[in-house]
Amino acid sequence: MESLSNKKKVLEQKPLSFMERMYLPAIAKGMGITISHLFKKEATVRYPEVEREFSANFRGMHSLKRDENGKERCTACGLCALSCPAEAITMIAAERKPEEKHLYREEKYAATYEINMLRCIFCGLCEEACPKEAIYLDGPIVPADYLRKDFIYGKDKLVEAPLEMKK
Amino acid sequence: MDTGFIIEKFILVAVIFGISLVIAMYSTYAERKVAAYLQDRLGPDRAGPFGILQPLADGVKMFMKEEIIPSTSNKWLFIVGPGLALLCACIGTAVIPWGSPMEIGGKIVPLQVADINVGVLYIFGVVSLGVYGVMIGGWASNNKYSLLSAIRAASQNISYEIAMGLSIIALLLMTNTLSLKEIVDQQHGWRWNVLYQPLGFLIFMVCSFAETNRAPFDLPECETELIGGYHTEYSSMKLGFYLFAEYINMFVSSAVMATLYFGGYNYPGMDYMATLLGPTWAPLFGVGVFFVKIVFFIFFFMWVRWTIPRFRYDQLMNLGWKGLIPLAIANIIITGIVIAIIEKF
Repeated sequence: MESLSNKKKVLEQKPLSFMERMYLPAIAKGMGITISHLFKKEATVRYPEVEREFSANFRGMHSLKRDENGKERCTACGLCALSCPAEAITMIAAERKPEEKHLYREEKYAATYEINMLRCIFCGLCEEACPKEAIYLDGPIVPADYLRKDFIYGKDKLVEAPLEMKK
Repeated sequence: MDTGFIIEKFILVAVIFGISLVIAMYSTYAERKVAAYLQDRLGPDRAGPFGILQPLADGVKMFMKEEIIPSTSNKWLFIVGPGLALLCACIGTAVIPWGSPMEIGGKIVPLQVADINVGVLYIFGVVSLGVYGVMIGGWASNNKYSLLSAIRAASQNISYEIAMGLSIIALLLMTNTLSLKEIVDQQHGWRWNVLYQPLGFLIFMVCSFAETNRAPFDLPECETELIGGYHTEYSSMKLGFYLFAEYINMFVSSAVMATLYFGGYNYPGMDYMATLLGPTWAPLFGVGVFFVKIVFFIFFFMWVRWTIPRFRYDQLMNLGWKGLIPLAIANIIITGIVIAIIEKF
């Protein structure tokens, strides 16, 4: 029956010709291809010594940002935790005391802020949800570790270094 | 049989044994490097400069691994298997002429451990013994996959040995001798046997790929079908012995190919070099040439391995029985006729 789409192709398997049955011409051709690769540049990047550059929109480890005066931007509003599809973020909010004015930008701040790096899928929704531009996924690749508890990153690992340390 | 003779042979055996072990060691490294470069990669480059210490690291790893002997295995045979494989691989080097006789302190020393008059037969015997290591290991493991692999190895070796033997017969018609030393000496200068026996060489080479269980005929250890093949149950240095035996086999068969068909230590212009370098250094240069040929064949083994996919088992048997054996017989007939015509006229 004629096919409606006319896209059908009938394939025929022809018996091998004498030259093909000898294998040798095909083998010689194949050997030629492999030997030509001997002289090609290798694709390997020698990783610990050479690092390949990430693309511009690479998302790595999170960092909690500070403002231009070195105060923490995060106000523990919880929008990042709410937006997180993997439920990797938890935090406890606290009220800023008068003597802590130089540490936190607004009256409320995150006393603890934890991201479980095993849950995180690095989608970047927390970054998008944040109204204070406090969290960005601009860090390196999260390193490997031995224990699950070591993958829960607290503020000690997440908050950006203070301004004077940066200089 | 004086002591000088014994010392001389002992040194020669030790040197050859050492060289073949070192070459086997560095074949594992070369295999990985060649594979890498053929696939646009780098290969091992962490241990030492260019990864040159990689084989040592592998050896240490092999020794340090836990040694497991399955409780249901035949313990004695399980231990004998790898040893036999390695032994059979090593003793093949005894009859290979490494170089023309060398003069050391006024004494002529032949660079061959034993010039027996049936050298070719000896090589064949030793090579066919090699399959016992595989068979015993596969049987003693008491594992279905290992046994299947051992059976495959045995039937493959038997099938290809016939074609190999037949291809050699055509060569022997020309040389009239079984002594490897005489066969090499007949190929003085440029008169290499491969020029007179190209078809025979081709058959011999294909068969030696099958005999050494190398790709594309590595069916006894094809991991997609048989897990690891005959050494599935082996661990630690016993596994190391099997892998080592494979590389020594490769070295020996490269040496045999170079000896029988590519003139061994002969090279064009060797008479001129002999007068130039004198009776001590010219043979050593010949040994160097011989090793260049061997290394080329080892590279060729690897080159083929990373080019051609593995044969299916029925294709393997088809090629052996219906392809190579008739071809080898035709080669014998043609060679016989040509020799008869040449002698007549």
